[in-house]
Amino acid sequence: MEFLVASAIGIMTAAGLYLLLRLRTFPVILGISLLTYAVNVFLFTSGRLTVGGAPILRDGVTQYADPLPQALVLTAIVISFGMTAVVVMIALGAFLGSNNDFVDDQPEGQDDQMEGRS
Amino acid sequence: MTHWIVAPVILPALLAPFIVLAARFHIGIQRSFSVAGVLALIGCAAGLAWQTSDGTILLYQLGDWAAPFGIVLVGDRLSTMMVLLTAVLGLFVLLYAIGSGWDNRGWHFHALFQFQLMGIMGAFLTGDLFNLFVFFEVLLIASYGLMIHAGGNARLRAGVQYVLFNLIGSTLFLFALGSIYAETGTLNMADLANRVALIDPAETVGIRVAAVLLLLVFAIKAALVPLHFWLPSSYAEAPAPVAALFAIMTKVGAYAIIRVYTLVFPPDVEVTSGLHDVWLQPAALISVALGMIGVLAAQRLDRLVAFSVIGSMGMVMVTISLFTPAGIAAALYYIVHSTFAGAVLFLISDLVRTGRRDLELTPQPTMSGAALTAGLFFVGAIAMAGLPPLSGFLGKLLVLEAAFSSDLMVWIWTVVLVSSLISILGFARAGSVLFWKAHSVAPDNGAPVRERPAPLAYVAVGGLLSLLIANTVFAGQVHGYTSKIAAQLFAPEPYITTVVDTPGKLSEPKEDK
Repeated sequence: MEFLVASAIGIMTAAGLYLLLRLRTFPVILGISLLTYAVNVFLFTSGRLTVGGAPILRDGVTQYADPLPQALVLTAIVISFGMTAVVVMIALGAFLGSNNDFVDDQPEGQDDQMEGRS
Repeated sequence: MTHWIVAPVILPALLAPFIVLAARFHIGIQRSFSVAGVLALIGCAAGLAWQTSDGTILLYQLGDWAAPFGIVLVGDRLSTMMVLLTAVLGLFVLLYAIGSGWDNRGWHFHALFQFQLMGIMGAFLTGDLFNLFVFFEVLLIASYGLMIHAGGNARLRAGVQYVLFNLIGSTLFLFALGSIYAETGTLNMADLANRVALIDPAETVGIRVAAVLLLLVFAIKAALVPLHFWLPSSYAEAPAPVAALFAIMTKVGAYAIIRVYTLVFPPDVEVTSGLHDVWLQPAALISVALGMIGVLAAQRLDRLVAFSVIGSMGMVMVTISLFTPAGIAAALYYIVHSTFAGAVLFLISDLVRTGRRDLELTPQPTMSGAALTAGLFFVGAIAMAGLPPLSGFLGKLLVLEAAFSSDLMVWIWTVVLVSSLISILGFARAGSVLFWKAHSVAPDNGAPVRERPAPLAYVAVGGLLSLLIANTVFAGQVHGYTSKIAAQLFAPEPYITTVVDTPGKLSEPKEDK
């Protein structure tokens, strides 16, 4: 199970990083989303992986799952969800306004010649 | 247990929704509540700073849960000084926004402004790393709204870059927190300090990775080269009062580095040896050089100011990375100076924009109100470049003195002195192009007459400049206080015991009912 979870985090992070380095906003936002998925699972595993452990103290239970990372993940999910929504709206506004969705600064007057780049 | 320490967070948090819900269409009511809120904030902050000035450590357990389990707010000399600095800066920025009419060029300026203050205050006061992350997000999401306030394509495009870069920073922060929790099982800073000291020197791989990741996150916030790329565009395109408020946001990164790397990973802990002197210091020196070269190379006034902010943050980080009491004291003095100097230069660049066609550094016909604006720019530029008699000069002297015993002393002195010269050239060039060469350009009779900036705008700028002058006149007292702060930071035992040993809800055995 450790191998499975670790490789899932690794693959998602790698894919997210690759997309993050693209030039247009849409792949970059996808990359950010993938990275936040990866970090959510990563936070979850920071309390060690247990199957079927009780999160709250109870009589007669010996194996516990750490409840704190679950609370942290919940916060992180909500925040990253909201932030992604914000960046989508701003990026949409910027794209509709300037008809150009490149992430980097464009030299002035060259916006029309950028069609071939990707 | 005093409740006042939570007031700087609660007050803006209540005021902002009130402004949105009750006063959405009345700019007058919004303005008066916003100003009243910031004035009350200054009162609270001054009270807290007074309470902690004798070395007391204020602890606030939210929900009465004891430290490692619940979230705590901690006020010591450092955090209350930063809170006071933020509140004072907030007042003048708000006055400028009202005077220049910026707050009426889009929706919800005052509500976002209050949320921004809440995030900054919380980040300074919290004693818990995950809570620090949450307050970072609060201040960031408000800053996203403020950054694109009043719209416009260039601003939206710069906003996209700003948001994306900070999202990456937040993700890195979460990775760092995850690895710290996996290694130590706690996220409370005082508790962490105890546990990091206990880690077996042979098994420090995880905590080393976490320490470096955390440093990267704070360096992004502090705009340290090579993580500074988000700053020039976004600060230059943001509305001027917002950019001036952002002058404190880079300091949040510097504060977090000081706090975490004196308390949790102090310089003598083997886990992070080499992090400060091998990595942080050269990066900070490059920041100073790059920022000041940027000042000389900038084609527009707002970019020039943005690069001068990078340079002065580099100066702060050089001094912090010495990690000696003298170094931290000098850095804190310079933080106060550079917050006001950066903010006032952004506001002045907006005064220039009001009177001119644009901010390109090319000769254009004389602007309206040129004499007064030129005088203010002169004072602001002297402060930022670090010429006598203002506090920039004293700050640099303190930096050089603190660096005297460092191994890299030759490098620090060379970079600081040469880059100061370059920045003086840059500011002199900008001032002469903007204000002197304007007289040689024939006025364009067809151009519309531009109105003078409002008097309240000048009051705000003058107020910030007088704070800079006060920081110079009372330099002895201010530096004496920052030395006390540094002494408290390098003796963290009272902080740790106050946080960890204060009993809370579940600390005592339960009484039978």
